[in-house]
Parts: sequence; structure tokens; C-alpha cells
Amino acid sequence: MENHNEPHIVPFKTYGIILAVLVVLTLISVAVTQIDLASLTVFTAILLATIKSGLVLVYFMHLKFDNKLLKALVSAVFILIALVMFVTFLDYNYR
Amino acid sequence: MSQTIALSHDIHRDDEGSKIGMWLFIFTELLLFAGLFIVYGVYRYLNPVAFHLAAEELSVTVGTVNTIILLGSSACMAMASSAIRMRNKGMTMLMLATTLFIAFMFLVNKYFEWEGKFHHGLFPGSEDLLKLGQGDTLFYGLYFFMTGLHALHIIVGFILITIVSVRVNNNTLTADNPVLLDNAGLYWHLVDLIWIFLFPLFYLIA
Repeated sequence: MENHNEPHIVPFKTYGIILAVLVVLTLISVAVTQIDLASLTVFTAILLATIKSGLVLVYFMHLKFDNKLLKALVSAVFILIALVMFVTFLDYNYR
Repeated sequence: MSQTIALSHDIHRDDEGSKIGMWLFIFTELLLFAGLFIVYGVYRYLNPVAFHLAAEELSVTVGTVNTIILLGSSACMAMASSAIRMRNKGMTMLMLATTLFIAFMFLVNKYFEWEGKFHHGLFPGSEDLLKLGQGDTLFYGLYFFMTGLHALHIIVGFILITIVSVRVNNNTLTADNPVLLDNAGLYWHLVDLIWIFLFPLFYLIA
């Protein structure tokens, strides 16, 4: 039966706060990309999206309260994706 | 004989395994979309001017509204996972229904957005688009494919959450076996996660 017992019930308040932060970050990214920052625009938009996805993964997808194996697996997949993207753009930038 | 008795007494269930299975599926989805993001990135790099101009055609307002809508539905779905553990069936149903309603709103918005594009002759293979040149064709091809694939995921999530709602309603899904609700939630958050990247790439970086 210990299989069914969840050690942690996330209170609604936590989700409410995370949602508010996510909405604020969305509005910031809209505002920032309306001003012309040249090459920084892309960087800022991607950075904010990365922070938002981090919040979704850690809180909404419950990773904060999950076991280490799952945390390691998810991190590994994102590191893999980042590496593949990095290598692809390195290739296109210097060919 | 004793074995059969033992089996009927202890039906094996592995919630942790179910969850890891769901995550493995999510990994394949992430890699699928990551591949598409790389395609987008490379074509954008090769056609910077066309992508810049084409992206300005998309409505930032509609994109922003849809982003906030989807974030809200994700929060509701996460709250449903908590509510079922608090053994609050009414609240769980309310949260699931809200998630479904918001998902429907997202699709309605998407419909009107696509409709507008079609109206202006912007759809894959249209003559107007071919006249605009390769860069625009690539941008709109990727736009329709990626947001379309995402919308397809919304529809799948919608069906999944409907099934969960029916099961919560007839008490076959309770605080004792919430793993289906959790997994449907994981899927729903994945859809949210993908949109978090689609939104700046197509709507904001113009």
C-alpha cells in the first residue's frame, strides 16, 4: 500500500503563485520583445521561455517532489537537446 | 492454489512505474518537438529577412492571450491532482472542467487565427504564399505544421482529461489510485511546455 501514499500534497496556493509568476514572465517577454534590442531580443525571449519551462517542470510536473532518478532522467534529456542544438548552430555558424 | 489466493488478494500495481512510463513517452515528444525547433532555427538563420517579416503578420495579442489561457489550464490541472488527494471530489471535478473549458477556448482562438490566415491566402501550397518566396513558404509551412501538431496534442489531451473526469465522476478514480489523473496532467503540462517555446519563436521574435 505504501505505493499509493503520496508523501506530499502541493497546496493550491503554490500553484496560484507559480501561475502568477508565469503570467508576469509572459507579459515581460512580450514587453521586452516590443522594444528593439537587436540580437538581445532573441536571447531574452529564449531565456524567459527557459525560466518558464523550468517552473512548469519543477512545480506543475511535480519534479520537485519526485525521486532523484526521474530528476536525473529529465535533466539528461534537456541537456541532450541543448547539446544537439548547440552543435547544430555551431555547424551553421562556421560553415 | 495458495498462489491464486495470494494473487487475488494483492493486485500488483506500480504507480511509480506508470509515472516513469509516462515520462519516457514525454521524452519522445520532447525530442520530436526539439527536432522541429532545430529545423525552425536553421531555416530562420538561412532566411532571416523573410522570417522577420512573416512573423510580423502574426498577432501578438492572440498569441499572448493563448499563452495565458494555456498556463491557466495547466495550473488548474495541477490543482486537480492536489484536490483528488485531499479527497475533494467536487473540487477535482471543478478543476478538470475548468481545464477542459480553457482548452476549448484555446482551440477556438486557434481556429479564428488560422481562419484569418486562410482568408488572406496564407496556407501551405497557396498561390499567394508561393508568390512571396521561399522564406515565407518555409515560415508558414513550419507555423502551420508546428502549431497544428501542437493543436492535435491539445485535442488528445482534451480527450484524455474527459476520460479522467468521467472516471472521477463515477468514483473509479479516487485518492487511492490517482495515477491516471497525474499522467493526464503530465501530458497536459507537456502541451503547455511546448507552447511556452512556440509562442516566442513564432509570435515574439519578429
